Amino acid sequence: MNPFALRQAALRWFHRHKETQAWALLAPGFGWLGVFFLAPLLIMFGYSFMPRGEYGGVEAGFTLEHYARFADPLYIKILWRTLLDSTVCTLICLVTGYPVAYVVARATKWRNFLMFLVILPFWTSFLVRTFAMIFLLRDTGLVNTLLINLGVIQEPIIMLYTPFAVMLGLVYGFVPFMVLPIYASLEKLDLSLLEAAEVLGARPAERFFRITLPLSMPGVVAGCLLVFIPALGSFLTSDLLGGAKEILIGNLVQNQFTTARNWPFGSAASFIVMALVLLAVMIYLRARDRGNELGAQ
Amino acid sequence: MSEIPVVEFAGVHKTFGAYRAVVDINFQIRKGEFFSILGPSGCGKTTTLRLLAGFEEPDDNGGTVRIAGDVVNKKRPYERNIAMVFQNYALFPHLSVERNIAFGLEMRKVSAADIPGRVKKAMEMVRLDPGQFARRMPAQLSGGQRQRVALARALVLEPTILLLDEPLGAIDLKLRKEMQLELKQLNKSLGTTFVYVTHDQEEALTMSDRIAVMDNARVAQLGTPAEIYECPRTRFVAKFIGESNFFEGVAQSQGPDGWLVEGPGGEFEVPTHAAITQGGKVAIAVRPEWLDIAAPGAAPPGENALRGTVSDVIYLGETLHVLVAIPEGSGDRRVTVAVRNEGQLSRPIRWTKGDAAVVCWKPADCQVLEDA
Repeated sequence: MNPFALRQAALRWFHRHKETQAWALLAPGFGWLGVFFLAPLLIMFGYSFMPRGEYGGVEAGFTLEHYARFADPLYIKILWRTLLDSTVCTLICLVTGYPVAYVVARATKWRNFLMFLVILPFWTSFLVRTFAMIFLLRDTGLVNTLLINLGVIQEPIIMLYTPFAVMLGLVYGFVPFMVLPIYASLEKLDLSLLEAAEVLGARPAERFFRITLPLSMPGVVAGCLLVFIPALGSFLTSDLLGGAKEILIGNLVQNQFTTARNWPFGSAASFIVMALVLLAVMIYLRARDRGNELGAQ
Repeated sequence: MSEIPVVEFAGVHKTFGAYRAVVDINFQIRKGEFFSILGPSGCGKTTTLRLLAGFEEPDDNGGTVRIAGDVVNKKRPYERNIAMVFQNYALFPHLSVERNIAFGLEMRKVSAADIPGRVKKAMEMVRLDPGQFARRMPAQLSGGQRQRVALARALVLEPTILLLDEPLGAIDLKLRKEMQLELKQLNKSLGTTFVYVTHDQEEALTMSDRIAVMDNARVAQLGTPAEIYECPRTRFVAKFIGESNFFEGVAQSQGPDGWLVEGPGGEFEVPTHAAITQGGKVAIAVRPEWLDIAAPGAAPPGENALRGTVSDVIYLGETLHVLVAIPEGSGDRRVTVAVRNEGQLSRPIRWTKGDAAVVCWKPADCQVLEDA
């Protein structure tokens, strides 16, 4: 059989076996994730039920003590604070991100440039941007120097290493993840719907709340999820901008794996975060399915 | 007209940057009239409708738009008592059929107790069974059903003026014919003024009381369907509405009944018309159904007759088109003569390709064009 005929035969075979073709395309991705994501995850899941080894690591056995430790008010408080911070951060991102997405989606001439500005922060690492915030917020930083020189204040306002700085850092880091999906859903919005609403008697506010907002809900929900999930697991921001005074669950996990060398407890904490994330995703999928039922056209 | 017109455009201009979308638009629409704005895409018909709806404002010093006598140039759409049916229906995808129809009533603060009854009535008016369709989402409807919902959503407001922007463009031919008649009936039974934008000349002729034909940002001609079809004033109108044959020539001499015109294909007579001057250029249009074909020398006396050769016969069912090439100095002029089909199997017409023939018509059937 010559090479050309062989190739034809192979193509025909693939054509008849669509499913095999799909698996062949999925195999590299599945393989990668299986080896480098699923396997470590399973190992960690196993660790979270094993007794702690004396010099780090784990010993053989089965225990629920690491999960039980979360009943301790100390950890419940950390968990609660993390949830609260992530929720507040998500809400701030929503109220600041939605108008930005709205303006960008409506812009004609400047749209690409504005989009470029939204994406620009991703060009440098999150770590570098967080350090830059320190220069902005510290007592001798840009904000305080400016306010003192302008005579607005005499003494520097203490901003760095406060919950305010942590929240500022979280919002700053995650707001693009809110803007992008909302932009995508607003950009698809058929403007003739707004004209129809206007002829039917709807004033600007009514048009927004009755038409624009409901139809951009899929973007809002996706944006909230994209902010809430990384906020839940964040540790860098509270470490650098909060001065590690207030620890979040992300800091706890990091500490257990590094300084405390308590891998099983760190693993258990990770899985608790993951359970919360899964819960958020389930809420999202529910909302999206309902949105699809309503918005499908 | 003693009665105040429902809509009046007086010298309306609208430019977008350097682009002149409409230029000097003047017309009045009477109460209850079915008024169509007809023209090819880009002629300014949609801009005219949007000026009336309030989505666009006329230019500064660009004339006035009046509704029921009031100048509305600066009024937003929600301040005008109008309703509109959009080309793509623009149904709210997240609201059910009944919520879509109720939307305008809710916006106009109609008491909540009255809304369900009015929604039901509007659905019945457009022949949508409320029991079957009220709870459906727009995505679950066919094109024709969406069309009816859009219409009900507009009519439920009992507007004085209903604007329709090519509302039948996206539905199939049979349903379109049906909807044309229904719209016409609704217009008459409700007494609502309909302003209908379309590029479909047949649709405009079928439905309208009067038509404004637009070309190149201006109103080319305004009149009843019969006036537009039978007396097109310009070459554009004659071409755009129906089919036409065009003849040109130079006015030679004026007789008692009209002008003798010398054309490259022969002489013909044209009725007296203000646009014709001695020695000036003359252009006329004649509809294919007003032309006759005869054997050479057999043209009825008193009719114009131009000699030519049959170049093709086209079978259209109801009629046959006999194409005749009339030799002119530089080439042939192709003329279409419509002949009634009396049965090609039993009594076939005598014309076949290559026959020598004369094309003839009564001088009174000439439509003299103003843009010769």
